[in-house]
Amino acid sequence: MKDYFVYTEKMSVGYNGRPLIKDIEINLEKGQILTLIGPNGAGKSTILKSMIGQLGLIGGVVYIGREEMQKMSEKELAKKLSVVMTERIHPELMTCEDVVSTGRYPYTGRLGILSEKDRVKVREAMEMVDALPLAQRDFSAISDGQRQRILLARAICQEPEVIVLDEPTSFLDIRYKLELLSILKKMVKEKNVAVIMSLHELDLAQKISDVVVCVHGDRIEKSGPPEEIFTSEYIKELYGVAGGSYNAEFGCIEMEAPKGAPEVFVIGGGGSGIPIYRQLQRKGIPFAAGILHENDVDYPVAKALAVRVIAEKPFEEISGETYKKALQTARQCKEVINCVEKFGKFNEKNRQLLEESGHLL
Amino acid sequence: MKKTNVRYSAAFIILAVLLGILLFWNINSGSVNLSMAEIYQIIVKRAGEETAYNIVWGIRLPRIISAIILGGALSVSGFLLQTFFGNPIAGPFVLGISSGAKLVVSLVMIFLLGKGIAVSSGTMIVGAFAGAMISMGFILLVSRRVKKMSMLVICGVMIGYICSAITDFVVTFADDSNIVNLRNWSLGSFAGMSWENVKIMAIVIFASLILTFLMSKPIGAYQMGEIYAQNMGVNIRMFRVALILLSSILSASVTAFAGPISFVGIAVPHLVKSLLKTAKPILVIPACFLGGAVFCLFCDLIARTVFAPTELSISSVTAVFGAPVVIYMMVRKQNRMM
Repeated sequence: MKDYFVYTEKMSVGYNGRPLIKDIEINLEKGQILTLIGPNGAGKSTILKSMIGQLGLIGGVVYIGREEMQKMSEKELAKKLSVVMTERIHPELMTCEDVVSTGRYPYTGRLGILSEKDRVKVREAMEMVDALPLAQRDFSAISDGQRQRILLARAICQEPEVIVLDEPTSFLDIRYKLELLSILKKMVKEKNVAVIMSLHELDLAQKISDVVVCVHGDRIEKSGPPEEIFTSEYIKELYGVAGGSYNAEFGCIEMEAPKGAPEVFVIGGGGSGIPIYRQLQRKGIPFAAGILHENDVDYPVAKALAVRVIAEKPFEEISGETYKKALQTARQCKEVINCVEKFGKFNEKNRQLLEESGHLL
Repeated sequence: MKKTNVRYSAAFIILAVLLGILLFWNINSGSVNLSMAEIYQIIVKRAGEETAYNIVWGIRLPRIISAIILGGALSVSGFLLQTFFGNPIAGPFVLGISSGAKLVVSLVMIFLLGKGIAVSSGTMIVGAFAGAMISMGFILLVSRRVKKMSMLVICGVMIGYICSAITDFVVTFADDSNIVNLRNWSLGSFAGMSWENVKIMAIVIFASLILTFLMSKPIGAYQMGEIYAQNMGVNIRMFRVALILLSSILSASVTAFAGPISFVGIAVPHLVKSLLKTAKPILVIPACFLGGAVFCLFCDLIARTVFAPTELSISSVTAVFGAPVVIYMMVRKQNRMM
């Protein structure tokens, strides 16, 4: 067994003694980021709340650094684990610096007066999240992105070994999402902490996580490195996606393809087809796409949006047979749209296709 | 850092100076006006003309000291309740805690006086505490079910009305001559305090205040919300129990001696926080005590001098000055929410 820092054994979580999710096994090393994904209401927050001691466990054990979490005192736990939660807080008359300094709570004396060392830590943490200029600003008057950064600084200056974040990117626009996750990544590296969080954004989860844990129904359905989890089929199944599909290569979702016999044939390749595919999808016109190599950047999008895709194997010249199929399809369409500007050796047949089918129209 | 320290010192100095002025003014004014020299004679040298001496030592000083201690206790208890419920307009009066205390104290008094037993300060405090806890219990039950702040306050006000109605009812029909005082008391007043009363209230209230002050660290953590407080290492269950007990003891002691006093518990903490421009408990708790003392001395001065020899009930005066502050706060809060 690997040397895990945070791990659970047969953890069951839920409310009022009733388990919601059973037999949870979460294993995480220091310096790693673990992300919980899963549909709304699957219980991601419940798991996180149980792991920070906010909710009592229904069963099983959580270990942090070989110690049983339930046996630690509040104070011991506070020095090992800190949190950033989704619930918005409204502290009264507190500057950002005041909010960050609350992270020093476990280290101050009876009356909670900060020492010079504490102040240094607070400043360091604010510097890390790039929030020093905000220090004297009123916490209730800053933007959501800044607020998340301040709360992260608060969590950092608590000097924990584990940080738990519940959907830290929820209210943020893309700039702040990226910023926050970059800071998180940097922090994990510099401070060698373990991070457990839940995320809604699959594309971000795929890029930032070392381990992904999928919560589905009353159990952990799957867990492992993002490469294993983020396949088009599995994500579709996990979220019960009905219309549309998930594109694993790009980490994005595609709308449902228009149904019916193809009315338009789109000749694409090298990324030129994507804008046209999307336009046709928006207008609800069923179309066929071709002739694409399976390693072409257009291919996954065409696969998701087109009624039919005529494709060739990677790195091969387009064969006569494929060409015939394409021509046949193109002849059934009312229109052929060409997106390709330059024809080369490998897509020579596309030029032929354009000429021949174009003649027919 | 420096600038804020100056602000804090200035705030405390202002409060202390106000307290000093009001203290002097209160000693001085009344049916018998006294000069500076006379007051000095009476208080420091313990000498002087006998009537004046008796007025100052027997009537005015115990009343003034009670107003200081009880006013301070009331506003600290308001601050604790606001922190606990995360609601800026929570307070012992609004949440019906004072009225609960009033009801039980009235019942105890009527029962004991009816049997010809004198009621001691200790008995009053215990009765008031029991009443405060009953109201508090109701409020806690409600607060579990409704998350909306306004609903909580409405429930508190309703509990207050029910308790007051029952109190009025029993007081009206208990026609013992001993109960004449009860009517004054049930409206709220600092009048008629004895040194014995002052001694007991000082012991109970200062002990609670010291404990409260020692809890300023977890109270500060709790201002960030329960989840964060727990994450900082606060034992939430113990903390909640301690906070409920302390705020109830403080407001119950006030009610036991001076009856229910409105709005001090909401208005003063708010004014103090605006003055300090911070909500840090380590500063706000002592400042609340001073502020409550100043506010109550001021209101009591008005209550007993404006329409002298008729005395107003203290609650009518505190309401006149406190209610506008509360309305202002609610309006501002509403604006911020929108």
